[in-house]
Amino acid sequence: MTVVRHSYFMTIRHVRELLRQPWWIAVTLVQPVIWLLLFGALFKNVVNIPGFNSTNYIEFLAPGVIVMTALFASGWGGMPLIDDIERGVTDRFLVSPVKRTALISGRLVHSSLTIAIQSVIIVVLALIDGAAFAGGFGGVVVMIAVAILLGASFGALSNGLALLARREETLIAIMNFVLLPLTFLSSAFMQQNLIPTWMQHVADFNPVNWAVVAGRSAVSANPDWGLIASRAGFLVALLLVCLAFATRAFRTYQRSV
Amino acid sequence: MWYKSTMLMESGTKIESSGAVVVEAMIEAEGLVKTYGKRDKAVRALGGLSFRARRGTVFALLGPNGAGKSTAVKILTTLTRPDEGQALVAGTDVVAYPDRVRRTIGVVSQGTGVDIQATGRENLRLQGQLYGMRGRRLEERASELLERFGLADAADRIARGYSGGMRRRLDIAMSLVHDPQVLFLDEPTTGLDPEVRADMWDQIAALASEQDKTVLLTTHYLEEADQLAARVAIVDRGKVVAEGTPEELKSELRGDAVYVELAEPAVDGAVRDALAPIAGVREVAVDGRALRARAEDGGRAVPSVLQALEARGIEVLSVRVARPSLDDVYLRYAGRTFQEAESEETEVKK
Ligand SMILES: Nc1ncnc2c1ncn2[C@@H]1O[C@H](COP(=O)(O)OP(=O)(O)O)[C@@H](O)[C@H]1O
Ligand SMILES: [Mg+2]
Repeated sequence: MTVVRHSYFMTIRHVRELLRQPWWIAVTLVQPVIWLLLFGALFKNVVNIPGFNSTNYIEFLAPGVIVMTALFASGWGGMPLIDDIERGVTDRFLVSPVKRTALISGRLVHSSLTIAIQSVIIVVLALIDGAAFAGGFGGVVVMIAVAILLGASFGALSNGLALLARREETLIAIMNFVLLPLTFLSSAFMQQNLIPTWMQHVADFNPVNWAVVAGRSAVSANPDWGLIASRAGFLVALLLVCLAFATRAFRTYQRSV
Repeated sequence: MWYKSTMLMESGTKIESSGAVVVEAMIEAEGLVKTYGKRDKAVRALGGLSFRARRGTVFALLGPNGAGKSTAVKILTTLTRPDEGQALVAGTDVVAYPDRVRRTIGVVSQGTGVDIQATGRENLRLQGQLYGMRGRRLEERASELLERFGLADAADRIARGYSGGMRRRLDIAMSLVHDPQVLFLDEPTTGLDPEVRADMWDQIAALASEQDKTVLLTTHYLEEADQLAARVAIVDRGKVVAEGTPEELKSELRGDAVYVELAEPAVDGAVRDALAPIAGVREVAVDGRALRARAEDGGRAVPSVLQALEARGIEVLSVRVARPSLDDVYLRYAGRTFQEAESEETEVKK
C-alpha cells in the first residue's frame, strides 16, 4: 500500500534526523528518568495516606510517568512540522504524489518508537527500585501500548494545530495551556479516589486518565480487562478523530498558502 | 483566441492558428482569480490571470514582487486552489485531478524546499521514492543528477552546510528526479550572486533544450526572461498585461528613456503640454520631481526638452538618457515603475 510505504519513508527521515542530534537523544532518554525520580522523591510519603492501596510509590507512579512522557513528547510533535513548513519542505511534499496521511503518520510512528524506548527505560528503573508489575510482561506491553495510543492522538492533534497556526508561538501557547492541566487532572500521581471529587469527575473524561487507568490496571495483580478494553477503545476513537482533524488541516493549510 | 487582454495580441503581432495552440499547450491558465484572507484583510493576488505555454519551450512570468507570480505557480502545481478560473497542465485540470498533475510536474518553489538535516543524496532519494522509484534505478538517477548539478562532492554532506547556490541546484535536481514533462521554476535565481546566477542560467537553458520539456519560469529580472524564455508574459497586479517573445516586447519599446530631475514638483499636464510639440518624444510621465519620457534618439531630444521646459519656467536639475530597461518595459505596460510597484507592495505588507 502506498500510504504504508510513504509513511515508512517519512519515518526513516524523522528517525535519521533524531539520530543525528546526540544531545537530543540524551535529553529524550534522561527526561523520563528525571520525572520518575523527581516525582518519586516528591510524593514518596503518599503511600502512608490511609486508603492508598500500593506500598511502592514508584510502582504506582511508573504508568503515570510513562503516560506523561508520551503526552509531552507528542504534544510538542507539531514543532518540527512548523520547521518543515518554514523551510518549504512541506510545500515540496504537497506538490508531490505523497499521501497526506503519510506526512502525519510518519511523524506519529517516529514518536511512538521514541515513547516505546522511553517507557522501557522507566519500566526497568521501576523494577530496579522494587516495583513488581504483577501483571507481567503482557501487562507491561499493554501499558506501553495505551500510552502510545494517547501519544499518537496528541501527536496528530499537535500536527493539525501546527498546520493551522503555522507559528511556533501559537502552538507553544496552546500546548502549555493543555498539557500540564490534563496531566494533573488525572490519577497519574495520586490514586483517583483520593483526589477532590470534582477532579475525579473531570478525570473520567480526560484521555490522559484513560491511559493511566488502563495502563495501571494492566500491570496490576488483577487486571480489569473490561476497564482496560473500554479505555483503550476510547483512545482509539480519540486517535481516529485526531487523525481526521490533522488530515483535514492540510486542506485548510493549502487554501491559505 | 481566448486571451483578449494582451496588447500584443490586439496589435496582431503574433496570431497562431488556434487549432495548433490547443494541441501544443502544456500549461494553460484561464481567468485565474485568487484572494487571500477575508473582508477588510483580503488581498487579491490574482485578478483573472491567463496565459498558455507551449510544449517544449521556456515560458516566463515577469513581474515585480507581489505581482502574483508565485500564486499562479502554486495554483498550477496543485499546492493551492483558485477561487475562479481554470488551469490545465498537460491537458489535465489541476483542481479536478491534482494527483495526476503531480506525477507530471517538477516544482522548484520560491525559497528552497531542501531538508537541511539530510544529505543531498538523501534528499534526492526520498524525493524519488515519493514518485515510486526505487533500487538501482533510483540510486543511479540520484548520482547522475548530483553529478550534473555539481554536487557530487557534497552529495553525502548534510545540506545545512550547503551554500545558497548549492541548495538551489539541489532543489532543481530534486524537481527532475522523476523526469517530469513540465517544470515550474519560481524565481530560481533570486538572491544568488551574479556569477552563480549566470551559472544557473546555463543549467536552465540546458534543461529547456532537453526534448519536450516545458518550463515555466517566474522572474523579476528582464535579462533572465530575455536570456531563457521563448515567450514572456508581463504580470502586474495579478494580471497578464503583455505577452510576446522578448524581441517583440523590446521592439515595442524602441527608443531611449529620458529621465529628468526637476527642481520643484511639477504638474503632469503642464509638462506634457510643454513637451508635446517635440517630435519623437513620447510617453511623458511626471511623478513629483521625476520626469520620464521616451525618445527615438535620446541624445538629440535632450536639448529640445530642456528648452521647452525652460520656456515654461520649469527648472531642471539633471538629465539622464538610458537604453530601454526592465523598468521601461514594465512602465509601458503597467503604467508605473518597477520600484513604485515594489514599494507599494511593501507598504501593503506593513
Ligand atoms: N499565503 C498568503 N497569504 C496572504 N497573502 C498572500 C499569500 N501569498 C501571497 N499573498 C499576497 O498576494 C500577492 C501576490 O503574491 P505573490 O503571488 O507571492 O507575488 P509574487 O510571487 O509575484 O511576488 C501579494 O500581495 C502577497 O502579499
Ligand atoms: Mg514570488
